[in-house]
Amino acid sequence: MKIISCMKPVPDPASRLIINETKTWIKDQDLTFVASEADNYALEEGLRLKEKHGGEVIVLSMGGEEAARVLRSGLAMGADRAIHLLDPKFKGADEFAAAATLAKAIEKDGGADLVLAGVQSDDLGTGMTGTMMAEFLGWVHATVVVGVEAAAGGKSLKARRELEGGINETVELPAPAVLTIQFGINQPRYASLKGIMAAKKKNFKVWTAADLGLADDAVGKAGAMYEVKEILIPEKKSKVEILGGTAEEATAALVEKLRKEAKVI
Amino acid sequence: MTKEMTKIKKGGGFLVEESAPEDIFTPEDLTEEQTMIRDMTEQFVEDEVLPQVEKIEHKQWDVTVHLLRRCGELGLLGIEVPEKYGGENLDKVSAMIVAEKLARVASFAVSYGGHSGIGTLPIVYFGKEEHKRKYLPQLCKAEKISAYALSEAGSGSDALAAKANAVRSTDGAHWVINGEKMWITNAAFADMFVTFAQVDGKQFSCFIVEKDYPGVSTGAEENKMGLKGSSTRTLVLENATIPIDNVVGQIGKGHHVAFNILNIGRAKLGAGAVGGAKTALNDAIQYSKQRIAFGKPIASFGAIKQKLAEIAIRIWVAEGMVYRTAGLMDQSLESADVDNTAQVLKAIEEYAVECSILKVFCSEVLDFVVDEAVQVYGGYGYSAEYSVERYYRDSRVNRIFEGTNEINRLLITGMLLKRATAGHLPLYETARRVVDEVMSSSLAAEPSGPFGAELAAIVQAKKALLFTAGSAVQKFADAIRDEQEVLMHLSNIVMEIYAMDTAIQRLRKNKLADPHTDVARTYINDAMSRIDFAARQVLASVAEGDMLRTQLAALRRLLRWLPVNTVRTRQRIADFLVESNRYAL
Ligand SMILES: Cc1cc2nc3c(=O)[nH]c(=O)nc-3n(C[C@H](O)[C@H](O)[C@H](O)COP(=O)(O)OP(=O)(O)OC[C@H]3O[C@@H](n4cnc5c(N)ncnc54)[C@H](O)[C@@H]3O)c2cc1C
Repeated sequence: MKIISCMKPVPDPASRLIINETKTWIKDQDLTFVASEADNYALEEGLRLKEKHGGEVIVLSMGGEEAARVLRSGLAMGADRAIHLLDPKFKGADEFAAAATLAKAIEKDGGADLVLAGVQSDDLGTGMTGTMMAEFLGWVHATVVVGVEAAAGGKSLKARRELEGGINETVELPAPAVLTIQFGINQPRYASLKGIMAAKKKNFKVWTAADLGLADDAVGKAGAMYEVKEILIPEKKSKVEILGGTAEEATAALVEKLRKEAKVI
Repeated sequence: MTKEMTKIKKGGGFLVEESAPEDIFTPEDLTEEQTMIRDMTEQFVEDEVLPQVEKIEHKQWDVTVHLLRRCGELGLLGIEVPEKYGGENLDKVSAMIVAEKLARVASFAVSYGGHSGIGTLPIVYFGKEEHKRKYLPQLCKAEKISAYALSEAGSGSDALAAKANAVRSTDGAHWVINGEKMWITNAAFADMFVTFAQVDGKQFSCFIVEKDYPGVSTGAEENKMGLKGSSTRTLVLENATIPIDNVVGQIGKGHHVAFNILNIGRAKLGAGAVGGAKTALNDAIQYSKQRIAFGKPIASFGAIKQKLAEIAIRIWVAEGMVYRTAGLMDQSLESADVDNTAQVLKAIEEYAVECSILKVFCSEVLDFVVDEAVQVYGGYGYSAEYSVERYYRDSRVNRIFEGTNEINRLLITGMLLKRATAGHLPLYETARRVVDEVMSSSLAAEPSGPFGAELAAIVQAKKALLFTAGSAVQKFADAIRDEQEVLMHLSNIVMEIYAMDTAIQRLRKNKLADPHTDVARTYINDAMSRIDFAARQVLASVAEGDMLRTQLAALRRLLRWLPVNTVRTRQRIADFLVESNRYAL
C-alpha cells in the first residue's frame, strides 16, 4: 500500500503568539514549529496500515525550513521518505492553493493508494484542505475519520466517520482515496532514538512550483481564493448576573438560560 | 557539535586559559536530533511516567519495570552502548538531555540510572566480549534489569575497603563469594548485579552476579527519606556461586571499573539535578501566581520574586555547566575509537574535575531550589498533597550518592593538583606568575566593551584562586592533602569560576539579551562575594600578622567589584518568569 501523509507545520502550541505589524498574521520568525496535532494522528494511522499491509509511507509538507523540520519528525516516527514543497512562491497560500499544490505533488510522485490528512489544522482550523485535495485529484474522500481498515491489498477501504451527536457511520471507498483523520483515533508513537538518528539518512525530495509544473498564479498568495484582511484577539467579556426570586424561580431561570443562551444543556 | 569547536580543551583548562565563546557548547547549540530526543523524552515522561507517579512511589515495581521496558523500546537504555550490542552509541549531550528530562520523577530516574548507567556501563567499558554479547542487548531492552553493588554497611566513601570476599572453588569453575552489599538501587527487581569483592581477601575485583545463581538473595526494603519509588536493598551473597568467567576487567583492578564509571555518572547526576530543579521551579511559579495573600498573588511580593529569580539564576548557570562539560567530552570522544574502551575512558576521564564540579554544584543547586520551592508553597509545601514535598525529600540524596559532596570537593582540588604535578596543567607556573604580579600591586586595566566588568572579574577571580592556592601550597607543600578545609574552600572557588565563566560565555556565544544578561550579571555579582569569603578563609589559615594583611590587601585589589543592583535584576527576572509561567530562560 502506498500511503502519503500530509503534515502542516504550525507554531508550537506552547508559544506566545503576537500579531504582526500589518495585522494579517502572527509574528512567526522566532517561533518553533511542530506538526499540526491531527496530522500526527493521520501519520500514525498510515504507519499502522503499512505495518499491517506492507508498502510505504511518504510524508508530504509545503513550507519553509519549518516544514523540513516537521517532515524529519515524521521520518523519525517511521515514515519511509519525505517530499518537501519549497518555493518562496508558495507563501501566502490559502486552503485552495495549498490543496492544489499538494495534489500536484501527489500526482508527480505517481499517485498513491491512500492520502491522509488531519481533520483540521491547529492554526487555521478550517478543515478544508483534505477535501479540496481530493477534488483536485478527482478521488473519493471521507472526513472526520475515527477508524480505518484496508482490504484487498489496500485497494478497498472501510472508514468509520464521526457524525453529530455521538453517532458513527461506516463508509466503503475504493482506492485511491483521501481521508481526513480525527483527533484521538490512535495514540501516535514517539520517535524512538533509532528513528531520530535514521531520519536524516532517508530519501528527502524537494520540489518547487516549476518542478510541479504549476504556474505562478496558481500557487501561494496569487493562487489563493481569499485574503486575510485582519486578525484580532477576541475581546474578553465577563458578565455576572444575579438571578432573583425564590430558589425555585431562580433555578428555573438558570436552567432556561443554560439551555437557550449558553446552549450547554 | 558546532564546527568552530576544533581545539580539544584540557580538563581543568578553564582555570588557566581564557575561554572564548565559540569554545564552549551551550544548551542553545542542540542539533535537531538532540532537540527531537529532548522533546520525545519530555513527552514520554508527561504521558507515561507522570500519570504513574503514585504507583511508583508506592513501590509497585511492576510499573517501574514496565516503564523501563518502554524506555528500552524508545532506545533510551542504550545511549552509551555501541550499536553492535543493541545500543545507539549517541553523544554525551544526548545522554545529559535524557537524564535531565527523566528527572521529573526522581524515583524513576534513579531506577533508570541504576540500570542503564552504573548497572550497564561497567560491562560496556570493562566486560569481556562474551559478557557484552550476552548481556548488553538484553539490558538495552530491559529484558534483564541491572544494579550496581559497590557499597557495604562498613564502606561507602571508602569503597575499596569492602569486606566481601571471593575465592575460587576447588574445581576452579566458580567463584564463591561471601559478603553483604548495602544501598543497592533496583535490588528488588534486578536480574543481575555488577558487584565487587576482594579476591582472596586482597584483590579488589568486579563481578557479574545473576540473581538466580545459588547463594544470591536480597534483604528488606530500606525505609528511606525520599526516592520512595526506587528500590534500595541489601544484596546478600552467601556462598554465592558465580561462573569463573564472570570477572569484569582484571582481577585486582576493580577500582578501575568503580572509579571510571563514576565520572559520567556524576555528570548525569548534574543533568538530572537541573531537570528536577526546573520541575520544582515551574510548580513554584504557577503556585505563586494562584496563591492569594493580603489580597494579591504572592508572586507580586518582592520576597517571593527574589526566590523565583534566584532559583532560575542558579538553574540557568548549572544547565550551562552541564552542557558545556558534555560538549567537552563529546569533542574529545570524537577522536576516540568506540571499540577501544581505553581511549573512550581516557577521553571522558580528561574531564573528571568538571564531572565532580557538576555533581557538587548541581546537587546543591537542586537542594537550594527545592527548599525555596517549599517555602513558596508555605504550609502547603509541607503537605504530601503537593509535589514539592516529594521534590524536597527526593533531592537530598544527591549530595550523598555517586561520591558524597565532601569526597567530590576533595577530588576537585586533589585532581587539579595531581594534574599540575604531572605536567598536564600549567597551574604551578601560572600561580607563581600571579603571586609575583599580585604582590607587586599592579592594577588590572580598566575593563571595557560589552560585559567588560564581568570578563575582567573572571580573570581576576582566576588570579585570586591561583594566588590563594599558591599561598596554601607554599605553606603546606605536600601536606596540603590533609588540609581538607582549605581544599574545600579552594574547590568552592574553582566551581564558582567554572560557573561564572560558563554563564558569560553562553551569553556571548548566543548574543543573549535580557533577561539572560540580568541572570549572568546577578550570578557573577554574588559569586564574587562567595569567592572573596572562601579566599579569605584560606589566606587566614596560611598566613598571619603583616603577611596576612599584605595578602588580604592584594586579594582586595584582585576582587574589586562594583556591585550590581540585584534587587532590580531579580525583580525583572521574576517578572519574566511569572509572565512566561515557567522556566523559559
Ligand atoms: C538512596 C541511595 C541509593 C544508593 N544506591 C547505591 C547503589 O546502587 N550502589 C551502591 O554501591 N551504593 C549505593 N548507595 C550508597 C552510596 O554510594 C553511599 O551511601 C555513599 O557513597 C556514602 O557512603 P556512606 O553512606 O558509607 O557514608 P560514609 O562514607 O560513612 O560518609 C559519612 C560522612 O563522612 C564523610 N566522609 C567520608 N570519608 C571522608 C573523607 N575521606 N574525607 C572527608 N569526609 C569523608 C562523607 O562525606 C559523609 O559526610 C546508595 C545510597 C543511597 C542513600
